[in-house]
Amino acid sequence: MSTQPAQPGTIFSPTLAARFDRLVTLYPVKRSALVPMLLYAQDEIGYVSDAVIAEVAARIGITELDVRNVVSYYSLLRTKPAGKYHVQVCTNISCMLRGGNEILDHCKKKLGIPNKGVTPDGVFSLEEVECIGACSWGPAAQVNYAFHENLTPESMDQVLADYRAKAQNGGGK
Amino acid sequence: MADVTFTVDGKKLTAPAGTLLIEACRAHGIEIPAFCYYPGLSLQAACRMCVVRIEKVPKLQTACTTPVAEGMVVTTESPEIAQARKATIELLLGNHPLDCPVCDAGGECELQDMTFKYGAHESKFADIKNHRDEQQWSPVVFFDRPRCILCYRCVRVCGEGMDVWALGIQNRGSGSVIAPNQQDHLDCEECGMCIDICPVGALTSGAYRYKTRPWEMSHVGTVCTHCADGCKTTLGVRRASDGMEIVRGDNRDKSGINGDFLCIKGRYAFDFANRDDRLTKPLLRQPNGEFKPVPWDEAIEFAGKRLREIRDSRGGSSIGVIGSNRTTNEEAYLLQKFARTVLGTNNIDHHRTADYPAFAAALAGISDASLRDFASAKAVLLLGNDPTEQHPGLAWQLRTGVRLRGLHLYVANHQNIKLRRQAAAFLQIREGDYAPLIAYLAGNDSALDGNGEAKAFREAIRAEESLLIVFGAEFRGRDIEALVQFGSSLPSVKFACLGDYANSRGAADMGLYPDLLPGYIPITASAQFAQEYGPSLPSQPGLDLLQMFDAARRGELAALYIVGSNPVARYNLDPAALRNTFIIAQDLFLTETARLADVVFPAANLYEKSGTVTNTFGDLQLVRKAADRAGARTDFELIVRLAAAMGANVKQLVPFEHRGVRADMGQARGAQSGEADRHGVWLAAHHLEPKLSPFDPFAILDEMQRLIPAYNVPRLDLLVGNDQHSRSGPASGLVQIQTAAARRDLVLPSSDTLFTSGTLGRYSSTLSSVLESREPAETAAD
Amino acid sequence: MATLTTHPDCVPLVSYRFGKGATNIDKYLELDGYKSARKALELGPDAIIAEMKTSSLRGRGGAGFPTGMKWSFVPKQSARPKYVLVNGDESEPGTCKDRLIFEHDPHSVIEGVIIAALAIQAKMGFIYLRGEYRYLIEIMEKAVADAYAKGFLGKKILGSDIDLDVVVQTGAGAYEVGEESALMESLEGKRGVPRIRPPFPAVVGLYGGPTIINNAETIATVPHIFRIGAAEYAKLGTERNGGTRLFCLSGHLVRPGVYELPMGYNLKKMIYEVGGGIPNGKKLKAVVPGGSSTPVLLPEEIDIGMDFDQVGKAGSMLGSGGVVVLDETVCMVEFALRTMKFYQHESCGWCIPCREGTDWLKKSLTRLHEGGAVDKDIDNIRYLAENMLGRTFCPLGDAAAMPTIAFVKKFRKEFEDHLEGRGCPYHRAAQPEPALV
Ligand SMILES: Cc1cc2nc3c(=O)[nH]c(=O)nc-3n(C[C@H](O)[C@H](O)[C@H](O)COP(=O)(O)O)c2cc1C
Ligand code: SF4
Ligand code: FES
Repeated sequence: MSTQPAQPGTIFSPTLAARFDRLVTLYPVKRSALVPMLLYAQDEIGYVSDAVIAEVAARIGITELDVRNVVSYYSLLRTKPAGKYHVQVCTNISCMLRGGNEILDHCKKKLGIPNKGVTPDGVFSLEEVECIGACSWGPAAQVNYAFHENLTPESMDQVLADYRAKAQNGGGK
Repeated sequence: MADVTFTVDGKKLTAPAGTLLIEACRAHGIEIPAFCYYPGLSLQAACRMCVVRIEKVPKLQTACTTPVAEGMVVTTESPEIAQARKATIELLLGNHPLDCPVCDAGGECELQDMTFKYGAHESKFADIKNHRDEQQWSPVVFFDRPRCILCYRCVRVCGEGMDVWALGIQNRGSGSVIAPNQQDHLDCEECGMCIDICPVGALTSGAYRYKTRPWEMSHVGTVCTHCADGCKTTLGVRRASDGMEIVRGDNRDKSGINGDFLCIKGRYAFDFANRDDRLTKPLLRQPNGEFKPVPWDEAIEFAGKRLREIRDSRGGSSIGVIGSNRTTNEEAYLLQKFARTVLGTNNIDHHRTADYPAFAAALAGISDASLRDFASAKAVLLLGNDPTEQHPGLAWQLRTGVRLRGLHLYVANHQNIKLRRQAAAFLQIREGDYAPLIAYLAGNDSALDGNGEAKAFREAIRAEESLLIVFGAEFRGRDIEALVQFGSSLPSVKFACLGDYANSRGAADMGLYPDLLPGYIPITASAQFAQEYGPSLPSQPGLDLLQMFDAARRGELAALYIVGSNPVARYNLDPAALRNTFIIAQDLFLTETARLADVVFPAANLYEKSGTVTNTFGDLQLVRKAADRAGARTDFELIVRLAAAMGANVKQLVPFEHRGVRADMGQARGAQSGEADRHGVWLAAHHLEPKLSPFDPFAILDEMQRLIPAYNVPRLDLLVGNDQHSRSGPASGLVQIQTAAARRDLVLPSSDTLFTSGTLGRYSSTLSSVLESREPAETAAD
Repeated sequence: MATLTTHPDCVPLVSYRFGKGATNIDKYLELDGYKSARKALELGPDAIIAEMKTSSLRGRGGAGFPTGMKWSFVPKQSARPKYVLVNGDESEPGTCKDRLIFEHDPHSVIEGVIIAALAIQAKMGFIYLRGEYRYLIEIMEKAVADAYAKGFLGKKILGSDIDLDVVVQTGAGAYEVGEESALMESLEGKRGVPRIRPPFPAVVGLYGGPTIINNAETIATVPHIFRIGAAEYAKLGTERNGGTRLFCLSGHLVRPGVYELPMGYNLKKMIYEVGGGIPNGKKLKAVVPGGSSTPVLLPEEIDIGMDFDQVGKAGSMLGSGGVVVLDETVCMVEFALRTMKFYQHESCGWCIPCREGTDWLKKSLTRLHEGGAVDKDIDNIRYLAENMLGRTFCPLGDAAAMPTIAFVKKFRKEFEDHLEGRGCPYHRAAQPEPALV
């Protein structure tokens, strides 16, 4: 972690705030930084909160409505917290042919939550997603951004178990 | 651009190159259906209803995005095209609630019309429709999501047209939804443009929803009674137990000087007319100090008798008259004529919101700018005022000009007014620096703390080939003179002076001044009027409004006749001053002023009468009687009746035996509450022929047009509802009005906002509810 | 780590440096890196474009537009700055190739951007990666920083007096953003809704300036064209379909994977030899040849060369190179439904036929698959799809309609078997949500 001093009036970590300061200067127009900013903010805060929207709007100089219009368009951006580990199972055609639905059902049973649910302890959330670009290695899932491919119910169990252990050890994302 | 020739449905057409096919076709009477296309807004090509076949192009093309080209061959209707449109409608209807029988838009719905035309009557889908409850976004805006067809017109008109940007689109795909800027509610100008432009019933108005069906109303195009822009508003009226009730204000045919635009006041603030606390019976103050409702004849006879006694015993100069900013020109004209010829007094004035006399004097016959001129202007200099709040119609024209025509807008103001966002240059000055600014613009470098910005501003203005200069009440008297003088040094310039209410300009033009006759003729140069009015015309200037109150305090004002005005509240005057004055007040409500009166006459408002009004740009327009309220009478009728009760010669006052045009008293719509009958009875009782009546405001139009050359506009155009620009200024350069130095400055701008409208605005429930709904946010800010 | 799979028929051109540690710029340089950029710099704009035309490279994003021709549409003079935009949004189901390039050979993309920028005289390039590929952002940003450090990017690149900046951009989950004009909107910080065309991006694109937009594979191929020579490159493929392509084989195959094969490679061979055929002794039922948007082919239709023209002639499209193989156990209604579910989820919602059409198609297919359909539903599904085709604002509507029409046409009997009461004749009807524990 960088040792930058905390910036006044930001909800973000010094590193992220500094990154945002730079990001808006990279493009011919500031607004181009919007989508990356939102995604990076979500990565840090866990979701796109009202406070994130307000600060991002201010940083770019657009209205909060503008930001919300954009946030709600992109499927990776969420306005409610997810679990610490967000399990995204692909069931699109290639994965489906190789058992994607079974992996999804398996996760539902294993985690005891429906699609888009969050476990009571907040460790896992589950989402059925569209193609994640792992078609030749399906069925596949992403936990946060990490790919897990050629899954079977058994290997999925292992994936979940590893993350649970990580959570118990206070591990990061 | 050069014209191109192309063929549509076998017809050879021409249009300037680059014209959108949909527009080119419409111009030639070929209607291409469209939901998302809207003239003047950005292109969407989202609804796909406008698809047409263009020869040699493989796919159907959207006419809304295709520019016409030389030799293009287009088919706009064919089985293939009809099928495409039908399929689109079927898709929309799939989830449409089909609650047309109760939907506000039923009968005025573009989706309904298209379904009727393309016959998408078969239910294609067996699935359940997605229901969502309707939401209230503001006191006036409701959103019914399942009815929305996502044409994005509302989003665009709010952002591009209004520069408010309060609506957005959220989610995507079939979850896409129009969303307000504050998540569950709107923070906006409440103009209702989104509702107006919605092709279906997704956005509906709090003022109108579920009240009636469009075909149950009569629709009367008239002029808004609120600000001085004079927007055309079409009132939907229907019969109620006590008259004709206004249920809707909208901008149905977009034919007025306001084009597409109406603000919250024009659209919703008609509701004061329907208030229960309106005066409907004449009130007579009793010895115990209380008001008692009395029959009309009794009240008029009483008032007339007292006025006559006072005139005969203490002289006309002991009587004062205060006119209105919201009565018609005919009424204002009649009032001053009544004051001068029947009461025999020049003590007449009104609440002045701009220094029109100084403006007229400065122009000395040069024409001022019509609001229409702003629709084609190349450059505009806006000095003072905040049109977004006070002249929303003008603000719309300016924004539209900048957006669609590349208008150069120059703004100088002591505040950060919103129109700076459209300005090519914005100069912030100090509040007291308007006069120095003019001197600076005129070339006096030391007049203003000259900085680079001011210099660039001046140079840009001077480089314009033609310019409209529009100024607010910050300019009076000599400042106006200086401004006009400066403007005249530019190649081509026109001016506009911004006053505040529907007929402030008319009140001024009609001579509601102690020293000026109609057409700004000085009372001291009244030869022509003396000829017309007779020798009784007093030749010395009378008292202005404040002087009248001073005179009353001194016990020198025996009577005061106040028509549609609330000077006590507006000028913050001491009611005690009027203790010994006999007061007749004519108004809609028991205002602070009316409360002091001895006789109160319930008056009709601008929506309940016929005549003409003049907006602040000098555009003369017809008002047509739309509504009425049993019990209230027009100011015109009341003045005539009062004159008759004083024993005056009514034929002299209203030359109704001449040829004239009968006013639209609303009979066709049943909006009369026995008005015609009442007039008939009165005429018969006075042995007059009920052909043209002295209650007909147009009976006096001939005389007005004769005596006020500026108003001598083509009558027919006026009567069919076209706005006519009056030729402003005094009759000619012949008479010199005393200006600035010699006149007392009584100009008191209304300081209205979008949500207030003088005293009248307080009686609009819509405006009040919007103000209330905004209060928490405003207190939170400080 | 996703890796390339090989087969003796493979021609490692784009994948030349895969697995060789070329993310390291020194390694990249060792493997002929940035030589092509130098070559291009010497050639100058006109010669670069001529070379590109000679190579007969066609866009790898899906539509197969000739790349050299696309570049030649950019006006020489422009009041506004010009841009190069790399489309790394890779979201077409069945497609997972661009990911490999970014992961294994990030500098080839940067070098491709340099050559493209030289060709049209752009001073700025963007590399847009889909949000899900978060790990690639780090790889790409590092590569870009290294390229700056070595003077391949920034001021006076390669010792010339030309400046070029490159920015790596992330998306945040939206298939439609892969469509070129929606991509520009997204890069400008807006909702990923396509733009009205004309004007085309080559004339009015990003920030209003002339812009070339190419798929990541297309761009990564460019340095290799200059490495081996345009004519050589063209020869690898078929007529008007130069070179090689990364084919993504997925579904019911013994050896699914991403393979680099010459353009025009036989589909049947691709399935049975390269991909190892259908596992578990099952029979082939159908092939989706170029990603989920392309109409399905029957087993008797697959003896074709995989290039844009030949697949087109067979009634489908080469698309994004995602070959999805279905064995006889697949319920075609379920497959059609899953396909439509995707488009319904990804429709941007701008135009009526796509927004409403995908939604109703999904609903109808769901009902059909669950056994709640009525007779007219099958015709209705086809009617809907046919009325979307060619009528939408952007090609996403076509992408949803085309496969649907093919499914109904080619497997009508199976659709009929699903009518009311009968439900899915295959093993797996739609399952209810599992009970919560
Ligand atoms: C709905 C839709 C999604 C697309 N997605 C992608 C994509 O993810 N990646 C891509 O390179 N091209 C995609 N395209 C194609 C692009 O619009 C564009 O044609 C392509 O990036 C051009 O590059 P090329 O000429 O190198 O193929 C998509 C097109 C459509 C209509
Ligand atoms: S399709 Fe349209 S309205 Fe539609 S896009 Fe054209 S006119 Fe529209
Ligand atoms: S289909 Fe699952 S990753 Fe592509």
